[in-house]
Amino acid sequence: MSPAILLVLALGLGLAGWLAARARAWTFRRDSSTGRIAALPVYHAWYVALWIVVPVLVFVGLWSVIAPQLISQSVLSSPAAADLPAFGFQRDAILSEARSVASGSAKAVFNEAANGLVEPYRAAMARYNVIGVLATLVIAFLAGAWSFLRIKPDFTARTRVEKAVMTILLLASLVAILTTLGIVVSLVFETFRFFGMVSPLDFMFGTHWGPDPMSNPDSPDGSRYGAIPLFWGTIYIGAIIAMIVAIPLGLMSAIYLTQYANPTLRKWIKPALEVLAGVPTVVYGYFAALTVAPAIRDAAFAVGISNASSESALAAGLVMGVMIIPFVSSMADDSIAAVPQAMRDGSLAMGATTSETIRKVLVPAALPGIVAGVMLAVSRAIGETMIVVMAAGAAANLTGNPLEAMTTVTFQIVAMLTGEGSFDHPATLSAFALGFVLFMVTLGLNFIALRVVKRFREAYE
Amino acid sequence: MSDRLAPTRTAEFEARLKKRYAAERRFKMAGLGAILFSVGVLAFLLVTMGFNGIGGFQRAEMDVPIDFTQAGLSGDPALLAQPDAAQTLEAQGLPSIVDFYAEQQLGSEGAAQISASAWRLVADGIIADPTILRETVTFSLPASPKLAAGLNGEGAPEMRALAKTLSDEGKLETKLDLGFLERADATDPQQVGIWGALKGSMLTMIVTLLMAFPIGVMAALYLEEYAPKNRWTDLIEVSINNLAAVPSIIFGLLGLAVFLWIFPNMRSAPLIGGMTLALMTMPVIVISGRNAIKAVPPSIRDGALAVGASPVQVVFHHVLPLALPGILTGTIIGMARALGETAPLLMIGMRAFVATPPQDFTSPATVLPVQIFLWSDEIDRGFVERTSAAIIVLLIFLLLMNGLAIYLRNRFEKKW
Repeated sequence: MSPAILLVLALGLGLAGWLAARARAWTFRRDSSTGRIAALPVYHAWYVALWIVVPVLVFVGLWSVIAPQLISQSVLSSPAAADLPAFGFQRDAILSEARSVASGSAKAVFNEAANGLVEPYRAAMARYNVIGVLATLVIAFLAGAWSFLRIKPDFTARTRVEKAVMTILLLASLVAILTTLGIVVSLVFETFRFFGMVSPLDFMFGTHWGPDPMSNPDSPDGSRYGAIPLFWGTIYIGAIIAMIVAIPLGLMSAIYLTQYANPTLRKWIKPALEVLAGVPTVVYGYFAALTVAPAIRDAAFAVGISNASSESALAAGLVMGVMIIPFVSSMADDSIAAVPQAMRDGSLAMGATTSETIRKVLVPAALPGIVAGVMLAVSRAIGETMIVVMAAGAAANLTGNPLEAMTTVTFQIVAMLTGEGSFDHPATLSAFALGFVLFMVTLGLNFIALRVVKRFREAYE
Repeated sequence: MSDRLAPTRTAEFEARLKKRYAAERRFKMAGLGAILFSVGVLAFLLVTMGFNGIGGFQRAEMDVPIDFTQAGLSGDPALLAQPDAAQTLEAQGLPSIVDFYAEQQLGSEGAAQISASAWRLVADGIIADPTILRETVTFSLPASPKLAAGLNGEGAPEMRALAKTLSDEGKLETKLDLGFLERADATDPQQVGIWGALKGSMLTMIVTLLMAFPIGVMAALYLEEYAPKNRWTDLIEVSINNLAAVPSIIFGLLGLAVFLWIFPNMRSAPLIGGMTLALMTMPVIVISGRNAIKAVPPSIRDGALAVGASPVQVVFHHVLPLALPGILTGTIIGMARALGETAPLLMIGMRAFVATPPQDFTSPATVLPVQIFLWSDEIDRGFVERTSAAIIVLLIFLLLMNGLAIYLRNRFEKKW
């Protein structure tokens, strides 16, 4: 809770500085002979407020990371911590229990051993809270006083505030790079740790997937980490079954909406397709598991296939295809709209019917855009998680039978990271290696698709 | 008639034309069929969820009159005002009192099928209004999941028989259960509620909005208005476009590896979930924000510059207010996507069983879509309807958000 209080404190101090600086600038203005000063009073106010709020925010950000560690260090050095178990899960559990009691989020301890630690925790928390608040006040006061004293009638507050604003805007836009970097670094780092335990060759070319999170982490069995069945399942569900559904339906929907439908119909159908795209994936997953998968199994029984499982690649792929329809449709819509009207008119003038114009002129002309759209759709389908988690099953089968359970990369990432395994086990780390492969593949698909789209647009401009 | 036609219109030509027109009609029908199929699946999905979900807002309850004048509970208001009043009542034997009256009303078999924690409902009633201790009050107590399944014609045969007997006597009824919107997760499908997950979702969304909106808008302003054309800007643009297309589960891995490494004590906290979703939502806001800023005509900027505004003043006094409706529309759509997102939150541990609504941004929480996922995994049949009901709640929220976005777009968007 304490960072929130510090934040409010920072904003309050900033407001105080703002008001004080503005009042001072007003007096300058009144006292000056011309009634003008180098910047409007409000810029002086912002100058001081920024000087107070920015350092305090930086401090609060750092403090909210450091303070919990300082607190637990001081608790561990207290005499009550001497008889804690030396390491491992139990120690963490006791500590976290004592912490939650001390902070008031739990009423009483469950584990007797945590009782003695509550008081040290409470004391340490109180001590560091006071330190945090005091440090905030000191920083705010020093920065505020320094900036306040710099305000003069000829002080160019506006240019300084604007420079600060530009810097903040630049920093905000750097967050995107930082995020990308964070993703790459964290994935690469954990992937290297994984490949330190399991050979990359086993991982990329092995055909048996069955990591055992309970096995001895020091001697992992490389033959259990073959990811080929996962890659196959991902491609089969996301790039084959889903696309068999999504490409024809999405393309035909787009063609009908842009070429045939009257405006009233379009006004109603377009939002409906947008709703289809807005339904959360967990709802699709539930729909696949509850309605589609049993229906497919029953249908398979009816035609005499007795070993159909209740979780099937087909169910997940079909529902995923439906989910992707609006996506393909809107990409196709854009590409067809980008084809110059003259090409369409020319074809119609030669006596071709509308459908002939579409099939022989518009679609071929829009093909690069449509292909790019399909690539984006594939990258979306293979990254889709909830539908396969809920409907595709956990068995890593390397088969072409759509009625069998199949597993995907995303499913295994979820399974490996939500299980019981410890964070240093190769089974857990394999999730990061899978994530890295997924990231690189989707990145590649998107990169190519965006270039194709760009070149395609340029061709008609 | 035929002699007026061109000489090229021979019989073969007519036949070919007929075929071509038939192909045209088939093509058109195929297009219509594709659209009808998509809309049909949507309608089927919504109807299935709606149909199942109605049952989720109801539960099987049994009316039990309890004569508190005979029960001998002490109605000391001071004791009942304590936070642990329920435990006090338990110590005074409230559970067995409830059992006794249930047996009188329903017979021993029926009483055995009253939900085990039914006395808590009675305790809540007493705490809310201690004066009922001087009268006979009828409570509607939830039936056990087995009996509820029996009432639906499922489950064990003896339960079905018992449910039939009780409901024929008018003692077992399916009643509207508005408490579903007020309770949190539980192991018994009769006792679960959605409020815990809903509150977790709201806390998470607040964090997401507070982080993604300012950063996204500032980044959009910088890229659209100030950024020089150079390699760095290109790099920023490429990474934003790519982030918008990265699978959501990758953001979960990032949250797990980075945020939980910095804040190891905050597993499954809305703060971490919100930060993870903020990274996912920010590119959406940047992209839609840039489009909105681009739509503001250059004449506005030129006019402001001409009367002496500085570049920062031009943007903050003129461009931003004009672009704000468009930015807000994009933000709401991005937030709606974040609200329905499940996978990244599974990664950072928001799948724990949380039986009390989260108190603040750092206490363990779950969110609506994760709750739906968890319930969908439950074996008990009673959870099927509850899951659909939770889905209805989620869809209503998404519909409201998208409706707001459309309203904003129509109300404030200017065509220049």
